[in-house]
Amino acid sequence: MAFAIEEYTLPAPSDIAVKMYEDSAVLWTHVQATFGLALVGLALGTAVGIAVAVLLHIVPPFKTALSPLLVLSQNVPLIALGPLLIIWFGFGTTPKLILLVLVCFFPVALSILVGLGQAEPHLREYLGMIGASRWERFKRLEFPASLTYLFSGLRIAATYVVSSAIVAEWLGAGANTGIGFYLKLKFSGFQQAAVFGSIVCIVVMSLLFFYMVVLAERLVIRWRPRPEPEWKEASS
Amino acid sequence: MSGSDSRGSTLELEGIVKSYRRGKERTLVLNDVSLTVRAGEFVSLIGPSGSGKSTLFRMIGGVEKPDQGRVLIDGEDRTGHKGLISYMPQQAALFPWLKVEDNIRFALVSTGTPKREAKEQAAQWLERIQLGHVAKEYPHVLSGGMQQRISFLRALLMRRSVMCLDEPFAALDALTRADMQRWLLELWEADRRSVLFVTHSIEEALVLSDRIYVLSPAPATVLRELVVPFERPRRADVWTSPEFVELKREVLRLLEEGHSGTV
Ligand SMILES: Nc1ncnc2c1ncn2[C@@H]1O[C@H](COP(=O)(O)OP(=O)(O)OP(=O)(O)O)[C@@H](O)[C@H]1O
Ligand SMILES: [Mg+2]
Repeated sequence: MAFAIEEYTLPAPSDIAVKMYEDSAVLWTHVQATFGLALVGLALGTAVGIAVAVLLHIVPPFKTALSPLLVLSQNVPLIALGPLLIIWFGFGTTPKLILLVLVCFFPVALSILVGLGQAEPHLREYLGMIGASRWERFKRLEFPASLTYLFSGLRIAATYVVSSAIVAEWLGAGANTGIGFYLKLKFSGFQQAAVFGSIVCIVVMSLLFFYMVVLAERLVIRWRPRPEPEWKEASS
Repeated sequence: MSGSDSRGSTLELEGIVKSYRRGKERTLVLNDVSLTVRAGEFVSLIGPSGSGKSTLFRMIGGVEKPDQGRVLIDGEDRTGHKGLISYMPQQAALFPWLKVEDNIRFALVSTGTPKREAKEQAAQWLERIQLGHVAKEYPHVLSGGMQQRISFLRALLMRRSVMCLDEPFAALDALTRADMQRWLLELWEADRRSVLFVTHSIEEALVLSDRIYVLSPAPATVLRELVVPFERPRRADVWTSPEFVELKREVLRLLEEGHSGTV
């Protein structure tokens, strides 16, 4: 039969569902582990990203000197960096977190850095006229103005954080938790239904992270007329 | 307001020259502008659009430096010094992420008003200009005229001895405008700060000021300095007096002359 699809190439959705149900207890602990790892990684990455951007913005010579390094930090592939980090930091959570921070901080830092420089010239001039200090200019103008940019960077980071966590878990041979670990296990066991089950988990978690960022943005940025949720209504 | 200590300072501009580079050419915007606002005086600046009035304010505020000339405050050279004046920009320049009351409060605090007092003043004055109900709103929900009044209030309450207002009432209807003028005069008469006031309305300048400088189109020079002789406090019906009409005609003639001179 020309259209016959073997179970080991593409399992039926029903098989995937059944497998996920059977494995649900195990899956749940792995999902929790991955979720926690991604969340901490995203939070740390964001914090590092903000700190780096602010530093580069406040000390302009740093910006010219260190910007190439920022780009460089993204050029080393995770699969090369992961094993190195494990050699340096052992099999604990540290190397995984470093990996996630490296992935997450970049879009955040880059977008804030743009935002910090974009502050409305009229407002900048006004602060100058009334003699506001550098700190006030940062606090009242540049930082708040960069928040919308921060969130667009954060959306990118949130999109990548779960799959990066999977890679980190896949590489972190010693640790035996997380969907990445589960995936690796099932993959080498040729259990395709379980492999697809973990993909489902990854996709769902990724979406969850993305919407968490969207929600946080709504909660933080209240001073704008609310933009129509473009990704929802674009099709209608 | 309390500020009995906040008496006005003298503001002198001496031979201010400023040009901007536009593409390859340099355009002269201010061509040797000299003017004085004596301590406690109310002086208006009238000039055609694009003559360089807002530019002049940026020199006074110190965010830009003149090519030539000096800015003196109380006789001392303050060219390029920031933070000496209270300022209302032509565009309201409210901070979109601060609620209305916080916009006022933060500006006052950063210019030296104690926190508690800034809060009280903001609340009290918003009430007084009938904007108390929007104190907790973000600026984007306000109309242009409302934003302008808030920006005006922010400048008015700032403790500085020189106040520079750039077309503060341009976006207001006649009645609100008259109210604002009345408040401005009341406050000014109470604490006599020095005021430099840009307007396109000749009546407004005549009702409010002690003196008026009329500027030529760019490159701007002072065409004439006029003294407004009406007694203080100004009567509400000054504009009906023949002298008023005469002065208005005079200013209009000057502006027309300057205009035809460039065409
Ligand atoms: N940063 C700048 N670069 C180049 N040209 C400028 C700059 N700022 C102002 N100008 C020019 O200087 C001239 C005077 O501008 P300014 O804003 O001071 O006019 P104005 O008298 O305040 O006009 P209006 O009454 O319309 O507010 C204009 O021709 C403007 O194009
Ligand atoms: Mg102007």
